[in-house]
Amino acid sequence: MGPLVPDIITDQMNLVIALLLGIAFGFVLEQAGFSSSRKLTGLFYGTDFTVLRVFFTAGVTAMSGVIILTQMGWLDADLIYINPMFLQSAIVGGAIMGVGFVVGGFCPGTSFCAAAVGRIDGMAFAAGGLLGIFAFGEAFPWVENLYKAGSKGDLLVSTALGISNGQFAGIMIGVAVVAFIFTTRVEKRVNAQSGALQFPVTRHRIAGAVLVVLAVILFFVPDRKARLTAEAASTMNSVRTMAPDELAIHIMDRDPKFQLVDVRDATSFGKTTLPGAINMPASMLIGKESRNSLADSRTEKVFFGRDTAEGIRAAALARLTGSENVAALAGGFEGFMATVVNPRGLDGADADTRVFRARASGEIAAMIRQSSAPKPVKAIRRVQGGCGG
Amino acid sequence: MKNYMNPYLAGFLLGMVLLATIFISGRGLGASGAVKGVVTGTVLAVAPGHAMKNEFYAAAKAHGNPFKDWLMFEMAGVLMGAFISGIMSDRLKFFVERGPRVTSGVRILGAAIGGALFGIGAQFGRGCTSGAALSGMAVLSAGGILTMMAIFGSAYAVAFFLRKLWI
Repeated sequence: MGPLVPDIITDQMNLVIALLLGIAFGFVLEQAGFSSSRKLTGLFYGTDFTVLRVFFTAGVTAMSGVIILTQMGWLDADLIYINPMFLQSAIVGGAIMGVGFVVGGFCPGTSFCAAAVGRIDGMAFAAGGLLGIFAFGEAFPWVENLYKAGSKGDLLVSTALGISNGQFAGIMIGVAVVAFIFTTRVEKRVNAQSGALQFPVTRHRIAGAVLVVLAVILFFVPDRKARLTAEAASTMNSVRTMAPDELAIHIMDRDPKFQLVDVRDATSFGKTTLPGAINMPASMLIGKESRNSLADSRTEKVFFGRDTAEGIRAAALARLTGSENVAALAGGFEGFMATVVNPRGLDGADADTRVFRARASGEIAAMIRQSSAPKPVKAIRRVQGGCGG
Repeated sequence: MKNYMNPYLAGFLLGMVLLATIFISGRGLGASGAVKGVVTGTVLAVAPGHAMKNEFYAAAKAHGNPFKDWLMFEMAGVLMGAFISGIMSDRLKFFVERGPRVTSGVRILGAAIGGALFGIGAQFGRGCTSGAALSGMAVLSAGGILTMMAIFGSAYAVAFFLRKLWI
């Protein structure tokens, strides 16, 4: 499951990957014509909309790809870098960059491409970038307040608008297709030498139709978390439950093919949990952590929450995300403590049960005391990335 | 000099490169971050005392050696990739590309000023057209998409007044 760093791709290997991806990035930018400042600025004068075509196509391709990979369970979207939002700073910074784009004829990435193929204006732009960042660094104490104002964290645009990721992507694709059609008409009218006059019209129409179909599909498929949570709720009936006494036997046997999973929050888990349990709250069950910890199908995984329902819900969710051989503890953590560890109301039980529980309560209570500091499963941290650091 | 690639095909390939980046490295592509790394790395090496009093440089140092950052390797790749593309399409040539009504001197000065503005703006925007706008859009970052709208909105707003530079 992606991202492949840091477990599948090491930090060292990641730098080699960076070089290779950079080569591909630079190659495509140059092939698209982004080493030419006049081609880039044509965007602002209606003579050449190449930038819009490349940029928008790349954006919706990558966005749709991220959503599809997440839907398939191949990418954990909670671990990828999301550019943080600083409201005022984003607007001010964007406005300054917009002026820089028209004055300078490049953006930083394209200026490097231009410099690499010998454009002297590209080299001047890159040098100017060094000076600008140095000036910003030296002036940092004076601009710090604006720089940090309006922090909204890793806010997703879909969250901000109250729609699903797929709905946002669907809308963006729709906007892109309309923009492609409109700007191509403008360009053909304004620029008699426009490359758009040579476009293979039929092929472009087919590609546009495919995009529209993709937009509709993305629009109507709910996000993975919502979808899986709903699906788990409807398959709860088929989750096997395990009685507290049966669990007590497994615990006392120290069964190696057996894993307890505490789905309560980390604080409750830290206070007291059952012997050998790992902590995996529902939010983690959908992500990469559960893939790493719950993958072995030979191990029986018994989920428990505060009560029966919480464990069943988690087990159903884990089953949907690929864990096999799952069960839920009947009565949950509270029930187990009340029947096995601190048994009450044993008067109605038969003699065997009484003897068993007396033994189990002493032994398991001792095991709980010994594992006084349960180790939480280490949550994999979000990748640190971005240009603004 | 060969023709440029079909822009939609180029966009699709660029999108796939970006998607691969997100899938493998969990982050987006960038450009201004590498320039920032050169600046912060140099200042940290030349004047460490001065740099550590300033949060801008100190934060960069806390991130690790800027010269060994992911973006540095990526940007080295960009230069190589663009150069390879230039060879293949016969576009390698030293010259100043400028609008029909400006001299080379004006063009160079404009490029340097534009680069400086982009450098400053990219700090506020937490990235440039690559790192904030394009990569931000791919991961549905509200900040990245807002910065993208501000970049293109501002550029269209001033384009008319600066038209003599280009047309």
